[in-house]
Amino acid sequence: MLSAEEWDAVRLSLAVAGRSVLVSLLPAVLVAWALARGRFPGRMLLDAVVHLPLVVPPVVVGWGLLMLFGVRGPVGGPLNDWFGVRLVFTTEGAALATAVMSFPLIVRSVRLGLEGLDPGLEEAARTLGAGWLDRFLTVTLPLMSPGILAGAVTAFAAGLGEFGAVITFASNIPGETQTLPLAIYSATQSPGGEAAAGRLALVSFALALTGLLLAELLGRRLGRWLGRA
Amino acid sequence: MLEVAVRHRFPGFALEAEFGSPGAGVTALFGPSGCGKSTILAAVAGLLRPEAGRVVAGGEVLLDTARGVSVAPERRRCGVVFQDARLFPHLSVASNLRYGLRRAPRGATTDAEGPGFGEVVELLGLGGLLGRRPLGLSGGERQRVALGRALLARPRLLLMDEPLAALDAGRRAEVLPFLARLRDAAGLPILYVTHALDEVDALADRLVLLEAGRVLAAGTVEALAARADLPALARRRDAGAVIGCTVLAQDAARGLTRLGFEGGELVVAQRPGLAVGTRLRLRLRARDVAVATEAPRGISMHNILPARLEAVVTAGEAEAMLRLRVGPTALLARVTRDSVGRLGLAPGMAVFALVKSIAFDHAGPG
Repeated sequence: MLSAEEWDAVRLSLAVAGRSVLVSLLPAVLVAWALARGRFPGRMLLDAVVHLPLVVPPVVVGWGLLMLFGVRGPVGGPLNDWFGVRLVFTTEGAALATAVMSFPLIVRSVRLGLEGLDPGLEEAARTLGAGWLDRFLTVTLPLMSPGILAGAVTAFAAGLGEFGAVITFASNIPGETQTLPLAIYSATQSPGGEAAAGRLALVSFALALTGLLLAELLGRRLGRWLGRA
Repeated sequence: MLEVAVRHRFPGFALEAEFGSPGAGVTALFGPSGCGKSTILAAVAGLLRPEAGRVVAGGEVLLDTARGVSVAPERRRCGVVFQDARLFPHLSVASNLRYGLRRAPRGATTDAEGPGFGEVVELLGLGGLLGRRPLGLSGGERQRVALGRALLARPRLLLMDEPLAALDAGRRAEVLPFLARLRDAAGLPILYVTHALDEVDALADRLVLLEAGRVLAAGTVEALAARADLPALARRRDAGAVIGCTVLAQDAARGLTRLGFEGGELVVAQRPGLAVGTRLRLRLRARDVAVATEAPRGISMHNILPARLEAVVTAGEAEAMLRLRVGPTALLARVTRDSVGRLGLAPGMAVFALVKSIAFDHAGPG
């Protein structure tokens, strides 16, 4: 049904979105924690910076990454010179661009979960002898897991379709950085590509729907496990 | 042995309270909402750091701001029972109960082992709930689980912050006996925050009376209840002396129960449930006690006690609180100021105390 090249795009999209979630999940949980519970100078600034990718054109984010992580950039230069790691025009680079774009989605979702969590429960754990890590692992983390799950699924689904930042930072290389939306774009640009574009669009649609249904199902199970339902 | 001294300022409110408690038994912190009683509890638990304060429990200094000592709450071993139970919703009742137990210090470093898991489950009647989640429990059941969870953490003292305040009357009546059993079984000092006098009567040994952030008075429940000069207590509708009684006899033929107290006897409509010899504590509400300067005759009341008038204290615009002695026992009577003038009531007079009724709904084990 799909050509080898089209399957590549599907596989690549899943790989890029998956990696982006893996990369951003832990920092996003920490940032959400700091924003929800922390009282430090610059909290509002951090809040604004985290949310920038939601409001800045994705092309601008891609351009910013290019400036920072390009082989002559302040971060990309040393990475390339010292470790031989190059991010521009690579799958890893596509994952990085996707991670930056979906970061605020995870932060928002985790933070919502955290703000709905009664701090009194952590106090109760404390009076029962639980130190901070113990409390975090046995009370806070389980109770915020629905927020983390929802954030991860949303970020994954959105990551499958990230276009602007990826094409700017990682370019449109079949088999390397050509994810589903980039493949669809290329198909629409080539003569006679309408059929391929249609097939890929259907795949996109099916993946998104499956993701959302799965998230709903997992969320319900988690809710029951947490004693909410 | 517990010593507490706390000073803390909030916007528009200053707390400065100091009290002690000799050991096992319930010390009730009693006062209106916003008098600072919950703040004191939070300071003892370590959940609030007061500007200045000192907390010593069982010889161990938990807080001493003067010396810069403040033990972390997780190492204070103060079992806290919150008004809203605060059970962990993602854990079963059994796991909630074991949460503190698992983290309790092992070995006999401080005191003897507390009651075991099975004992606590038995004591609080939790056997049927162990596999359930907190969400499916009634308010009363939740509070019983919270009591067990706190007790199983092997605390050196128990702190209870209005544990019954969120429950309706039926649930309160359901949990109160469990609290009394826990008090007797735990053998721990318990600080009990409440604004309900019936909980004080049923549970407390000692009372710390708080108003607007200060300690008005502290002492045994009996001693404080018999004081006519404490407006925080005297203003209440159910103000009155608390006396310890023993059931002397059940007179089925006349349908009466005889109760003895130090200095006299009371007769009440028969309460067959009380075995002879049972000790209990009764509140004689001041508004249910009248006085007469001569022995009344031809009167339906059973309880006419010769008494000596000790003090007359003005209570409000038109009323006065009288403190009477029947032998060593003090009673309070609330009369109008007009009556004081009409009868020429003055300290030292011999009078008769007429007890109209006795509030059994406030009865607690003596």
